[in-house]
Amino acid sequence: MSTVNASGWRPEMGQSDVMAAETYTGNRALMLEEALIFEIGDSHTTGVDFDAAPKVQSRLGGLERNREIGLPGLSEPETVRHYTRLSRQNYAIDLGLFPLGSCTMKHNPRLNEKVARMKGFIDVHPLQPQETVQGALQVINELAHWLIDLTGMHGVAMSPKAGAHGELCGILAIKAALDARGEDRPVILVPESAHGTNPATAAFAGFSVENIPATPEGRVDVAALKARLGPDVAGVMITNPNTCGLFERDLKVISDAVHAAGGYVYCDGANFNAIVGRVRPGDLGVDAMHINLHKTFSTPHGGGGPGSGPVVLSEALAPYGPIPFVAKLPDGSFKLVEEEDATAMQPETFGRMTAFHGQMGMFTRALSYIMSHGADGLRQVAEDAVLNANYVLRSLEGTLEAPFGASGPCMHEALFTDNGLAEGFSTLDVAKGLIDEGYHPMTVYFPLVVHGAMLVEPTETESKAALDQFIGALRSVANRAKQGDPSLKSAPHHAPRRRLDETLAARKPMLVWKEADLSVAAE
Amino acid sequence: MTRYFTDEHEWIEVEGTTATVGITDYAQGQLGDIVFAEVPAVGTTLSKGGDAAVVESVKAASDVYAPVSGTVTEGNDALADDPALVNSDPEGAGWFFKLELSDPSELDGLMDAAAYKAFVDSL
Amino acid sequence: MRYLPLTNNDRQAMLATIGAASIDDLFIDVPEEARLKGPIPGLPMHASEMAVERHFSAMARKNMAAAHHPFFLGAGAYKHHVPASVDHLIQRGEFLTAYTPYQPEIAQGTLQMLFEFQTQVARLFGCDVANASMYDGSTACWEAIGMAGRVTKRSKAVISSGLHPHYVSVAKTMARFTGDTLDLATLDMVQSDTPRLLNAIDDETSCVVVQYPDILGRIEDLSAIAHKAHEHGALLIAVVTEPVALGAIKSPGEMGADIVVGEGQSLGVGLQFGGPYVGLFACKEKFVRQMPGRLCGQTVDAEGKRGFVLTLSTREQHIRREKATSNICTNSGLCALAFSIHMSLLGERGLRDLAALNHARAVQAAQRLAQIPGVTLVNDSFFNEFTLKLPVNARDVVHKLAAKKVLGGVSLGRLYPGEAALENGLLVAVTEVVSEEDIETFAAALQEVLA
Repeated sequence: MSTVNASGWRPEMGQSDVMAAETYTGNRALMLEEALIFEIGDSHTTGVDFDAAPKVQSRLGGLERNREIGLPGLSEPETVRHYTRLSRQNYAIDLGLFPLGSCTMKHNPRLNEKVARMKGFIDVHPLQPQETVQGALQVINELAHWLIDLTGMHGVAMSPKAGAHGELCGILAIKAALDARGEDRPVILVPESAHGTNPATAAFAGFSVENIPATPEGRVDVAALKARLGPDVAGVMITNPNTCGLFERDLKVISDAVHAAGGYVYCDGANFNAIVGRVRPGDLGVDAMHINLHKTFSTPHGGGGPGSGPVVLSEALAPYGPIPFVAKLPDGSFKLVEEEDATAMQPETFGRMTAFHGQMGMFTRALSYIMSHGADGLRQVAEDAVLNANYVLRSLEGTLEAPFGASGPCMHEALFTDNGLAEGFSTLDVAKGLIDEGYHPMTVYFPLVVHGAMLVEPTETESKAALDQFIGALRSVANRAKQGDPSLKSAPHHAPRRRLDETLAARKPMLVWKEADLSVAAE
Repeated sequence: MTRYFTDEHEWIEVEGTTATVGITDYAQGQLGDIVFAEVPAVGTTLSKGGDAAVVESVKAASDVYAPVSGTVTEGNDALADDPALVNSDPEGAGWFFKLELSDPSELDGLMDAAAYKAFVDSL
Repeated sequence: MRYLPLTNNDRQAMLATIGAASIDDLFIDVPEEARLKGPIPGLPMHASEMAVERHFSAMARKNMAAAHHPFFLGAGAYKHHVPASVDHLIQRGEFLTAYTPYQPEIAQGTLQMLFEFQTQVARLFGCDVANASMYDGSTACWEAIGMAGRVTKRSKAVISSGLHPHYVSVAKTMARFTGDTLDLATLDMVQSDTPRLLNAIDDETSCVVVQYPDILGRIEDLSAIAHKAHEHGALLIAVVTEPVALGAIKSPGEMGADIVVGEGQSLGVGLQFGGPYVGLFACKEKFVRQMPGRLCGQTVDAEGKRGFVLTLSTREQHIRREKATSNICTNSGLCALAFSIHMSLLGERGLRDLAALNHARAVQAAQRLAQIPGVTLVNDSFFNEFTLKLPVNARDVVHKLAAKKVLGGVSLGRLYPGEAALENGLLVAVTEVVSEEDIETFAAALQEVLA
């Protein structure tokens, strides 16, 4: 059998230990337990007052909803308390350093929130006559130009709703370009260190995926890649800096080889924070790159979304980009180009990827961020991000093993492995121990090419003092793992919850609340 | 009845031209707690080395390959309700599927218990 | 620079620790030709908060905001009144700046909220289970078609002509690459598409996709379609672009839909010029392992306390890679939270009251507008959105109304450019934010424009 995920991760519950005396409420001072809305509210309570509806003759076609729906309501005070209490059980960037490699958890400026909520942006309908939304179209256009200039590319698709959606956009543009050339190239090459969305996206678009190995130095094996190029290869999906936090020095060489063989280069832009303002992917031969606005450009992660994934395109791919998009007309006005104008303005478009035209709420926030930093500030962002990561990398030398530490600097993230931890101790234990120290753990078990990977990305919005404290904490936990401190096996001890039984959740999925389920029996 | 092993950690127990297939104790230990197993439908044609079944733990999914070619005669329905059988009894009640062999000569390349044990020790 | 805490002293000290002479040493792996010597030329330098705000205010003022004018646009995005607490709660830093809840011990806030959200969506739609949301209704609709293909192992989807044209366009784009066949038809203002759908279902059909209420606002019973689909081993996918409707009309799940998807924007999220929105996705229990997107499940921790985790992750791309159920990585977390808070504030009582008010206003508006000479109401049935047939091209009318400061609906010409039979159609949405005065203003303006 294969091991699709060779990282070595295994769930371990750890053991419970003796606790302090329980309280009547189950609360622990400011750590407050909170029930479900289904246990607090009921179907007759509501926190919203409406004027009485005027009496009219129903036009519902006889399809009135008569059965109870089962939606509990709460008064406003109960609602505010419920969600406030829930919020306090979350770690967040606003609370502390969030060292998640590949996620770029930087400070989310509040100016972004203020600007995004201006009535003229938040209270306009996407289908309003275009002359009534010129300011909104202008925002999209300005952001588009910034992204093109920062990346040295030719065009940009603004409509993809998230990074993975942007990857799909880039791959579909490549497929459309190949179809236009009348060429059938069924294979896409993906480095084995790539994030799982890369092969998933390629497979969705109908390509078969082949892995390219990495060198011992953690970069793409250029010789192996070149050897595999041929008339059946549509292109390569590469991440730069790569998922090990290293700059792919040979990217231009790779791009030239791929182009010479008739293929295209897709770049996963998740790690753009390392090079923004210092390097342009367009100068390295990239044909398409998605940009995660929620990473490099500070739009909030929101507990899992929404994101936004505009895709910058080379001159070769720009004609195939999706509709709709915003064009600036000679008279200075802005036009949203939709299906009816496609023949005139984007005849080779591969089509529409989403209803309406993109994540406007993310555009205002990202543009606010970009304007605040400017060309000089953005360059400083990349420099401080890389400086911070290297500071972490070198400060932990001797404590944690960095598999590529000897071969040169890292970029914006530092990669460590679990080599050197005591027998029976894993990356998972280090992660859970870090929680007790007041941090969200770093990215673990990714990339898969390194055993027990720990990927640390501090970002540029951390002060030196914050970094020093984090380094001290990680050093302390790592040493405990190396010495085999048994209390780590049952960490975290101080979080709102101890380790959770993920096996039970997967074997007996309970995805909705049911009246009968008043307790869960553990196996 | 003879039991063979593959270097992909499947076992196959052969009786005449029919066989039972599962994954080894080593494999289930590597995967951790199994949460789901998808077995092939009756009548499915399998090729040696091709995808036959899927086994999932919480954070990993692995393909189980067919050790030899044949047609599926039965899938282990017990795994749907209790995937933990693969952990507790991988080489017995945690079997995945039975098949009718189409080419018994394919068994020649497989390991016996001693050879498999030596193989695992070398990993 | 206000967002960058490092001082030059810090930078020097850190370079010393690293053993690098300058920051350039850390960029040593960048080929010489690709190194930019300084800030990218031609781009502005950094700006103060005040300057940025001023720039945005100027752009914002160029837009006609819905709150300031009589507003009647719908077509897949609806203006509802969002209670004040919703926006305050979603701006709490622990929600706004939290990550995907992969470390559940310190993410129970997000996870419990998602569990509540999933339950609310499942109940609203009349389904067994729901996921933790998707990007939006149109991508959720496409994902449902993909899922139906996996479940039935067939590749022909029958799409109702009443499905939002953007959703149809997305499906067409995706099908071009996946090789699925889409059975489509032109929208007709008079005829129901149901007979054609029933006729098209056969043993090759993977699914039938029907919008409820449809793009023109019409409400039809889905039971017959569900029945015929099941007879042939196909799935019924219902698409709901206005979830508030389900406070008044039967849920698609009750009528036999296997998968119900929709757009949650109406509750908590606001118009936002098209995004971010929140896709809703629910289905029958037996299809759970084929569902795309994130799922939150209940479990216990090491002390036996109830807790929540993301579960069934092995369907997802970061594990299955090329064998994933979809390439989707993210859900629309903060928007799902806004939806859930709004729904918790409403409760069943509030949702029914809200729906009743919407419908009543819509009925009043339809009656008043149909009084205008030359204007006819197309719909027999509707919830809060209906179609008017005007005596002239509706697209021109919409522009003229805008000039009179009335945002008077969406012309069918905007949605279906080139369809001559539809060009006099005007789609009018009437929610609880519309006052009787607004209706009168709209009617007067429309009468003037048509005169």
